Amino acid sequence: MTPQIEVEGVSKSFGGVRANREISLSVPQGKITGMIGPNGSGKTTLFNSIVGYHPIDAGSIRFEGQEISKLRVPQIARLGLLRTFQQTRIYSKMDCMQNMLISLPHRNARWGSMFQAHPPEARERAERLLEFVGLYAKRKLISGDLSFGQQKLLEFAMALMNEPRVLLLDEPTAGINPTLINGLIDRLKRANEEFGITLFVIEHNMRVIMNLAERIYCLAHGELLAEGTPEEIQSDQRVIDAYLGAH
Amino acid sequence: MLDNLSLLTIAPIFNVQLLLDGLFIGAIFALAAYGLALVWGVMNVKNLAQGDFVIMGGYIAFTLAEWGLHPIIGLPVAFVVMFAFGWIVYVLVIRRVIDRDLFTSLLATFGIAIVVQQVLNQIYGPEVKTAESGFEIRSILGNQVTVADIKLISFLLAGGLAAAIVVFMKRSRMGQAIRATAQDPRAAKIMGIDTDRVYAFTYSLNAAICGAAGVLITMIWVIQPFYGITHSIRSFVIVTAAGFGNLPGVIMAGLGLGVAEQYSGFVLGAEFQQATVVGLLVAVLVWRQIQQSRIRQVVQ
Amino acid sequence: MNVETRRLGLYGLLLGAGIFAPLVFPAYTSQVAVLWIMILFALTWDVMGGQMGYNSLGNILFFGAGMYISAVVQIGLYYDVGEYTSAFGAVKVDWTMSQYLTGIAVGLVAAAVISALLAVIFGWIVFGLRGPYFAIGTLGVAIAAGELVSAWEWVGAGGGISMPVYPGEPDDRSLIFYFLSLASAVATFVFLRWLYTTRFKLAINAIRDDEEKAEAMGIHTLRYKTVAWAVAAFFLGISGAIFGNMIGFIEPLEVAFPTVTFGIFMVVMSLLGGKGTIWGPVIGATLFHVIKEVTWTHLLGWQWVALGLLIIVNVVYFQQGLLGWAQDKWPELFGIVVEDRDRAADGSGGDDAGAARRAAE
Repeated sequence: MTPQIEVEGVSKSFGGVRANREISLSVPQGKITGMIGPNGSGKTTLFNSIVGYHPIDAGSIRFEGQEISKLRVPQIARLGLLRTFQQTRIYSKMDCMQNMLISLPHRNARWGSMFQAHPPEARERAERLLEFVGLYAKRKLISGDLSFGQQKLLEFAMALMNEPRVLLLDEPTAGINPTLINGLIDRLKRANEEFGITLFVIEHNMRVIMNLAERIYCLAHGELLAEGTPEEIQSDQRVIDAYLGAH
Repeated sequence: MLDNLSLLTIAPIFNVQLLLDGLFIGAIFALAAYGLALVWGVMNVKNLAQGDFVIMGGYIAFTLAEWGLHPIIGLPVAFVVMFAFGWIVYVLVIRRVIDRDLFTSLLATFGIAIVVQQVLNQIYGPEVKTAESGFEIRSILGNQVTVADIKLISFLLAGGLAAAIVVFMKRSRMGQAIRATAQDPRAAKIMGIDTDRVYAFTYSLNAAICGAAGVLITMIWVIQPFYGITHSIRSFVIVTAAGFGNLPGVIMAGLGLGVAEQYSGFVLGAEFQQATVVGLLVAVLVWRQIQQSRIRQVVQ
Repeated sequence: MNVETRRLGLYGLLLGAGIFAPLVFPAYTSQVAVLWIMILFALTWDVMGGQMGYNSLGNILFFGAGMYISAVVQIGLYYDVGEYTSAFGAVKVDWTMSQYLTGIAVGLVAAAVISALLAVIFGWIVFGLRGPYFAIGTLGVAIAAGELVSAWEWVGAGGGISMPVYPGEPDDRSLIFYFLSLASAVATFVFLRWLYTTRFKLAINAIRDDEEKAEAMGIHTLRYKTVAWAVAAFFLGISGAIFGNMIGFIEPLEVAFPTVTFGIFMVVMSLLGGKGTIWGPVIGATLFHVIKEVTWTHLLGWQWVALGLLIIVNVVYFQQGLLGWAQDKWPELFGIVVEDRDRAADGSGGDDAGAARRAAE
């Protein structure tokens, strides 16, 4: 169980607000790791630090042994460390297939490859993945016209198209109809098992995260509060206090 | 070119003259830039017609002078006329682009700029114009430095006007509504502020400020229908350098730009004046870009 | 007759019209030549503005650059440029036909290549800027270029340069430049049409829709942006070289770097026809140019006011342009699917999708 992402002593403040304080955690390869915490506890800030959205004040972030805390967003993405957004982001004026096709991995993209047509294998794979998330029938629709839940699924399919090694998911079930959540959990698990993608998931929905993750980190007030298996976290008094506001 | 540069070290008194002239004109640049900062900050409209409003104000003063009135009367007249003009422009154009993407408002105001400069060109012709104040020109420091009274007066008027606007923004109900809307238009709307009226007022106030700045420029410098774009770029340089929530920054940047232009005009030659302004614009943008890239961000 | 043959037929018809126009209407040769340049303007502006969402107000920079590069090359091949521009007719200049044609050929290539290189260099400066900053930044660069050339003695400063005089018949001259303009516009169209079938188009569309997302997905955004601008600059450089020779006399502010005329025409024409499409700019440019040629002289100086009003009306009330409007009205004609008609046919995942939609409603 080698750690694929290693976060060591990462701090980040915005003005006077210390969003992350000396956070250390690791995401093991091939597993599903969860991160929970009350609103404003610094989860998304940590995600943003990992994927290169802003610089960190102190500490180090390593991806497969490589220091990435100085790299920029696209470089990190090309290493195979991908994130989805809390507010779903897709290319809203393009149709679903186009959204998928442009999400091909850009890792080995050369200057010449920008002038290539889309190979039939790519189309097939895009269609397969759209089917995987249940959007095959919508493949020719303009993606901006899809419902929020469908856009979220499309974003997930686009991320899979990119063949990431690690996928950081920021609240994948937020805003999704509860009846669809089980299907989504199932797909996340299948993505992890079938495609071998390591998942690191921020989630508010306790039922989801307890179902999904093998190991969970809990943040509160920008600090790492607790870590452990879902059972350990569920019975941890500090976590319960943090969520109930007693501190 | 280098001759003039060495002249500055041989006869340091020239520096005083350049510095003074730069501060006098820079104060007016800062005034117009303050108006831009206002619409930019409150409505998120990048008004490319900024400089053309300035020039319009200038022609109002010029016209009054033609009628035999003193151009300084143009100050209140231009303020009122341009306020009304701003309101009309807001209702016809700006209101319809305010919620759209930023390029739309930029291009729409560029269209307004073209209309204004071309109409002025049709009415007044392309010649350079100025309005004589008839005030004295004094010599100080042993007759080596000249200070026109009108420059001093316009400097004080610009400062007074700016101070009045600041007080207005702090004290009046409309000023408070403007500041509230700038912070959070949705919250302001929920709290019962008529944001459409606030926007209309802000845009008109900006036009009025520009008009006043134009009057001062006509008295101490020259105007021409097509000078508007340079004034627009000046305002952008100042606001981009200072940031729009930063009044002292706008004043400093405005004065600095005035001085920089005087020096470049003296050292490089007057034909480089516009090149200096756009050069500074590019420099400021590149500088901001470098700053932003250090925090892994882009200039948005 | 299938769609493909019909399309080829249409292209053939248009091309034929382009080729025979100067023979049938010789009086309008130069106006139609300028029309081709205008189409090229609109098409190249749209690469950035329409397809990529980077609205440049300074693309005219490459037009002027191409013009001056070509002039310097054409003269510099046979004379000393500084002497030629300063003497202003004092140097005896004579061009043989082969000198003249070689000059133009080399000048065109140099204009295209160096303009594209300039785009790469300036791209490095301005591509960190987004949205309005980009528009203002590019406008600043273009104005600065005009000012700097105005002060540069070696290329004639504000006085400009008289281009080499064609050594043959004037009628032949206008035909040569007519066909050069036509060829450059057709080449631009054909190249862009091909380019838009590749990955390139999806990538720049992605940048337009959400650049942050594109970066987060690992797209080489800077690379795509640079190439897009270089492509636009390449063809604009050619058009500048052709236009300069066609006019015969070039000067920095009105001819080479006219930011508020040609520079803004590009934007207006693309918007008028519908940005983000390949035919939109062509239609917009044609419409704009024809209206302009017909009405301009009757407006007695108020034409520029009319231009400003046109911009305002265009962006405020009719921003989607003609093609955009048509696409909204008859989406099926443009191959856009608005309803999932084949959903019933294959049930795979349809339930989830339907439920998700119900949830959103």
